[in-house]
Amino acid sequence: MSCAEKAQAVCWASSQARRCFNEGRFAMLKSTLLTAVTATALTFSTWATAQAVDLQFYFPVAVGGKAADTIKELTDGYMSANPDVKIDAVYAGSYQDTVAKAITASRGGNPPQLSVILSADMFTLIDEDLITPFDDYLTTDEEKEWLTGFYPAFMENSQTGGKTYGIPFQRSTPVLYWNKEAFKEAGLDPEVAPATWDEMVSFSEKLTKKDANGNVSQWGVRIPSSGFPYWLFQGLAIENGAILANAEGNKTNFDDPKVVEALEYLVDLSTKHEVMAPGIIEWGATPKAFFEGQTAMMWTSTGNLTNVHDNAPFDFGVAMLPEKAQRGAPTGGGNFYLFKGASDEQLDAAVDFVQWITAPDQSAKWTMATGYVAPRPATWETDTMKKYAEGFPQVLVARDQLDHAKAELATYQNQRVTGVLNDALAAAITGQKTAEEALSEAQKQADAILAEYR
Amino acid sequence: MKALKLKRDWIIGWLLLLPAMVFLFAFTHIPAITSLVSSFYSTPRGRRPAKFLGLDNYQRMFDDPVFWKVLGNNLWFALGTIPLSIALAIVMALWVNDKLPGRGFARMAFFTPTVLPLIAVANIWLFFYTPGFGLFDQLLGLFGLPATNWLGSPETALNSVIVVTVWKEAGFFMIFYLAALQAIPKTLIEAAQIEGANRWTIFWRITFPLLMPTTLFVSINAVINCFRLVDHIFILTDGGPDNASALLLFYIFETAFRFWESGYAATLTVALLVMLCLLAIGQFFFFDRKVHYK
Repeated sequence: MSCAEKAQAVCWASSQARRCFNEGRFAMLKSTLLTAVTATALTFSTWATAQAVDLQFYFPVAVGGKAADTIKELTDGYMSANPDVKIDAVYAGSYQDTVAKAITASRGGNPPQLSVILSADMFTLIDEDLITPFDDYLTTDEEKEWLTGFYPAFMENSQTGGKTYGIPFQRSTPVLYWNKEAFKEAGLDPEVAPATWDEMVSFSEKLTKKDANGNVSQWGVRIPSSGFPYWLFQGLAIENGAILANAEGNKTNFDDPKVVEALEYLVDLSTKHEVMAPGIIEWGATPKAFFEGQTAMMWTSTGNLTNVHDNAPFDFGVAMLPEKAQRGAPTGGGNFYLFKGASDEQLDAAVDFVQWITAPDQSAKWTMATGYVAPRPATWETDTMKKYAEGFPQVLVARDQLDHAKAELATYQNQRVTGVLNDALAAAITGQKTAEEALSEAQKQADAILAEYR
Repeated sequence: MKALKLKRDWIIGWLLLLPAMVFLFAFTHIPAITSLVSSFYSTPRGRRPAKFLGLDNYQRMFDDPVFWKVLGNNLWFALGTIPLSIALAIVMALWVNDKLPGRGFARMAFFTPTVLPLIAVANIWLFFYTPGFGLFDQLLGLFGLPATNWLGSPETALNSVIVVTVWKEAGFFMIFYLAALQAIPKTLIEAAQIEGANRWTIFWRITFPLLMPTTLFVSINAVINCFRLVDHIFILTDGGPDNASALLLFYIFETAFRFWESGYAATLTVALLVMLCLLAIGQFFFFDRKVHYK
């Protein structure tokens, strides 16, 4: 997933989850009443007069500010063009809250028809038997063709067993940001970012500033590791040529020597090379540390691009993550899912809405308002996007990196399996276990969890 | 005639109890019983219904290293928060009970942490603890001390959480002590003063024993709170690094609503319930007899 999204997911987890459950319960009650009323109304009138299709649509907001307004604006735009469809767009909190709410509502017999949920939660939703593939509602050749118009990297987390369960919408990927002034000061070319792991270390060594007491005033690089360290770590693993989980989502490769090597590299940054702060590094404070000059480079989501653009008091650059065996990064963020329990009419309307909102004009509006990567090449071909990228070329880095990007770690019982990996990473980063010990234990635990899905 | 009246009283009695009972049953007793029942079943998934496991979930709990770790953390958390916040509460209450200039302001200042929502408090402390440019590191930096990753190291994470909890709780307990102090008859203290007792003796021989019922009440609350207050953990550390700062309730929430393992979460809940029941019974039966000053 991306950026501030996760920070907030973590931040608000407790308060919002509770609030969301309450709201969920209330909404459930309300809509049960509504259903009862509509049902009665229907028995009195004839079926012919029932025309309007009602859709309930949950969406998470993870990057503050304009995202919620833009969703409302877009759904209103769709409804005025399609007066026979009514969309009730429900803000459902963070990603974590949204999936919790969708699962709870479905168990209570009142699922939404459509929801944006983490692409990595696909297997969980299949396992809970809550979602239905889009394929059944894409009948014409033209509609089937539409599926092929997304970046393949985004579709990896959206398809399994030959079916398409998710349509990419608010998607992101991590990139490297660097402080050009700090580079100049350290005698480095301010226009060139490190392209390899070794370069990242050697650049960082020059960039790390220590005072007479040995206290560091500026670190070379910052790869945050709080909350969900697996996401950025996955970037390192992919760069080293490893894949963390198979496409079926029932087997992980945490103890692959290449994965171990990637973790050793991450740990070495703070212990051996001493160019990154030791211990767990807070995700949420990372952009701030970058602005304050605490670090000369940082890894974080493209979702922070607008934030950095508006707040960095210096010139900054954005680059793809450095390579070891190859370039690489995970994707992240949310997909559209269709929920079971709706009528065919509703799902047809929902699919039509998804097609509309991912079309170039709407998608461009969304990308410019939020910083999410537009999921279809066609969007980048529009005049508005071309003009936007001209004035702000950094936005193109994330798009170009998609050629090297792989699916975000996603398995059955995803949260539990990633939780196991997160604990292992934290144990290695804080020096309680070696990379190899931590990862082979994690692999054993993941095997035990996933055995029943093979 | 008499029997009829008795019957009517009986009905009215139950009717008066009914509203409270409905809520108690709906939100406390029935969920507790369903948790107990679910703890013997596997977690139902959409494609697989729950199946009866017997004691498998309990076996898993006893074999689960994370469970023992969070239990150990909780014990340390209790030892760290309960005595400290109670001692601090008594000191603060004694201080603001005296006539001193700006007493109202001091009382308000001590009570403010209680009024603030825990989530907001945690966000403020998150900034205090930030390595490098957080408040603590800026202060320590003035003395040339290096930056410390308070929340990001397993050694300091839980203690940092304890400090926030004590800060948050002490003001709340102070209010109870303040009320109790004002209920202590002045004559007792005056009599002691005439006898020539110093302040120290007065506190240990008169004030402290008379505060015992309050201490019992406050300590029960403190014990419950140390199992109940986990909101700030979500923000400060998210249980990390490697569960170093996770408490039992946090682990239950994580298991139930992040991992969606409601069966196992129910088992953990039963464990928590049993522990809380034992603690409450113990406190009432063993201490209640000793607290009243005679």
